[in-house]
Amino acid sequence: MGNNCECCNDEKLAKLQAIIAESKDQQGSLIHVLHEAQLIYGYLPIEVQKVIAEGMNIPLAEVYGVVTFYAQFSLKPKGEYKISICLGTACYVKGADLVLDKFKEQLKIEVGDCTEDGKFSLDACRCIGACGLAPVLTVNSDVYGRLVPEDVPGILAKY
Amino acid sequence: MQYYRSHVLVCAGTGCTSSGSAVLFDEFEQRLKDAGIENEVKIVKTGCFGLCAEGPIVVVYPEGAMYCRVTKEDVQEIVLEHLVKGRIVNRLLEKPTEVVEKTDAQESDFFKKQMRVALRNCGRINPENIDEYIAYDGYAALGKVVTEMTPEDVINVMLDSGIRGRGGAGFPTGRKWDFARKSVSDKKYVCCNADEGDPGAFMDRSILEGDPHVVLEAMAIAGYAIGSDQGYIYVRAEYPIAVERLQIAINQAKEYGLLGKNIFGTDFSFDIELRLGAGAFVCGEETALMTSIEGHRGEPRPRPPFPAVKGLFQKPTILNNVETYANVPQILLNGADWFKGIGSERSRGTKVFAVGGKIKNTGLVEIPMGTPLRDIIYDIGGGIPNGKKFKAAQTGGPSGGCIPASLIDTPIEYDTLIEIGSMMGSGGLIVMDEDTCMVDIAKFFLAFTVEESCGKCPPCRIGTKRMYDILDKITKGKGELKDIDDLYELAEAIKTSALCGLGQTAPNPVLSTLRYFKDEYIAHVVDKKCPAGVCKDLLQYKIVAEKCKGCSLCARKCPANCIHGEVKSPFVIDNSKCLKCGACMESCKFGAIIKE
Repeated sequence: MGNNCECCNDEKLAKLQAIIAESKDQQGSLIHVLHEAQLIYGYLPIEVQKVIAEGMNIPLAEVYGVVTFYAQFSLKPKGEYKISICLGTACYVKGADLVLDKFKEQLKIEVGDCTEDGKFSLDACRCIGACGLAPVLTVNSDVYGRLVPEDVPGILAKY
Repeated sequence: MQYYRSHVLVCAGTGCTSSGSAVLFDEFEQRLKDAGIENEVKIVKTGCFGLCAEGPIVVVYPEGAMYCRVTKEDVQEIVLEHLVKGRIVNRLLEKPTEVVEKTDAQESDFFKKQMRVALRNCGRINPENIDEYIAYDGYAALGKVVTEMTPEDVINVMLDSGIRGRGGAGFPTGRKWDFARKSVSDKKYVCCNADEGDPGAFMDRSILEGDPHVVLEAMAIAGYAIGSDQGYIYVRAEYPIAVERLQIAINQAKEYGLLGKNIFGTDFSFDIELRLGAGAFVCGEETALMTSIEGHRGEPRPRPPFPAVKGLFQKPTILNNVETYANVPQILLNGADWFKGIGSERSRGTKVFAVGGKIKNTGLVEIPMGTPLRDIIYDIGGGIPNGKKFKAAQTGGPSGGCIPASLIDTPIEYDTLIEIGSMMGSGGLIVMDEDTCMVDIAKFFLAFTVEESCGKCPPCRIGTKRMYDILDKITKGKGELKDIDDLYELAEAIKTSALCGLGQTAPNPVLSTLRYFKDEYIAHVVDKKCPAGVCKDLLQYKIVAEKCKGCSLCARKCPANCIHGEVKSPFVIDNSKCLKCGACMESCKFGAIIKE
């Protein structure tokens, strides 16, 4: 790791330590701490997992096991704008896969990856419960619904 | 107390928020001020009305006028015309009608055959205000229970009502509570499964967003009945609005003394904590959910011991889903006989369905059990758009199956659905038309289970992957008849040997499509054709020579340069180079290009 490593950022580390301190005695709070850590760092690199494992007195293997089990936790950094396309059943039968293909083509990345400039990352997600507007996608917290592949360039242009 | 002559209810559920309802709220506030009537009209952020397809939705009372697809620009017209002059804005109504008396939304086709029990407060109250919940008999059932009833009384009412769990399997709720009541322990837990993972189901989210207190009240009642003082709500992190409103509701209930120590002045105490999921479908399974609350990988545990004996933190635990809880206060207030009067003999009460897919009115509907599927699709759902034919409805998500068009008059009940090879599930109902390929849908669900399988038991981890590989082969035109036999054999093995509900039900989408749409499988395997025109590898685009005018537009649009011909004479597609992108078909002005 170089000196500009995110995890060595003192301000972020102090925040994480505070969360660990207030949660470590609560039963079953590891997932909560991981959620908070991901909010701070944007993802969960091994260095952050080490800090959590030590702070909470849980084996690193177990922390890593939990991180890799749940889809919400990411070992890779995400883009500044996280594009998440719903591939739930309602969206799928209404052609969400075609919208996804269009994004792959436009961004030239695969699902789970991030563009080289770090601007966009692309994910397929489970039902976000906006089936009435299918197919839907989110870009960070903005939701776009009733999509067709032709909408894709316009959405990307907004960011 | 301040009185208002009109109320403007703006839907703040996820569906309408996604279609832009948040700006409407601010716009109404501003426009009402401009018109000088901000003290006469109250704006309320409320929960889901159910008609998400037409969102954002705004309802104005006392007239009950339901305005659909309202934009920021429409707000001024509603304020000036409706709220100032008293004239309903017909063009924005769900169905424009000349007769003003009939503008009441409850009279429309979408609502007429529905009966709202679990969703009773959604779209009626402000979910962030406990007083509005209390005004509609909120916490009255809890008060009655802790001051007038013994825990046994509560369980007897629940048993007598015949209510079955709304989360999937349909286990009688009263019996679950009874088991936990009888387990002896120093500590017991009440859990709420708000990890709504079935793709296409969003009724629990709407209840949490539109009426969070009903869940808290029901959990406290359950706590009293089984002798527990601690509840956990396990909610999906993907539902930020629900999480926020639940937290507000918990804080308000504590402030009012409706949660915490000595509730209603009795010695009953009960507290509730939120736990966030992290995106694992298997955590909807009860033992996996508890393992996840404990902070571990959400892997299921073998049963027995059942959670009623050894559940969360090894203590007796009950787990019910959100919609089940939403029925509980009503049952205790109105009595078991009232509840038994709704629905059918073996399935009491109502069920909420999230209707989606190829249907006009996508959204949430609540119907008495026993309602035929036909009523949901045509009367409430408004039928299939674009003049297409209804092919099948899928219920039960990745654990369920399809109901084909020939069985459209089947009454929707737990047992009838199982008899025809599907299941109630949590209530997702996805409608499919003739353009949906059933082999592709089966593959879609298997891809889902392969990804969501936790990997603990081999039948699920390996078996579902093998089934997926076979389906993939079939959709790519490389299938043989033996593959279909292999699918049956694998399905049987997985069903009987997987550890938890996820694995045991994973083959259902394949079995049910094989049962009703075997001809489609055969068409893929033997004729190497996809009748619905979905499976790309089996498609061929063709130019019908008689219809082709030789304009060359398709050839110019083709990204693979595989369409050739002389201008003014029919063109031909070279299928060896064709990418099957469909650009030619879209561009043709004469309908001369077909896919088969």
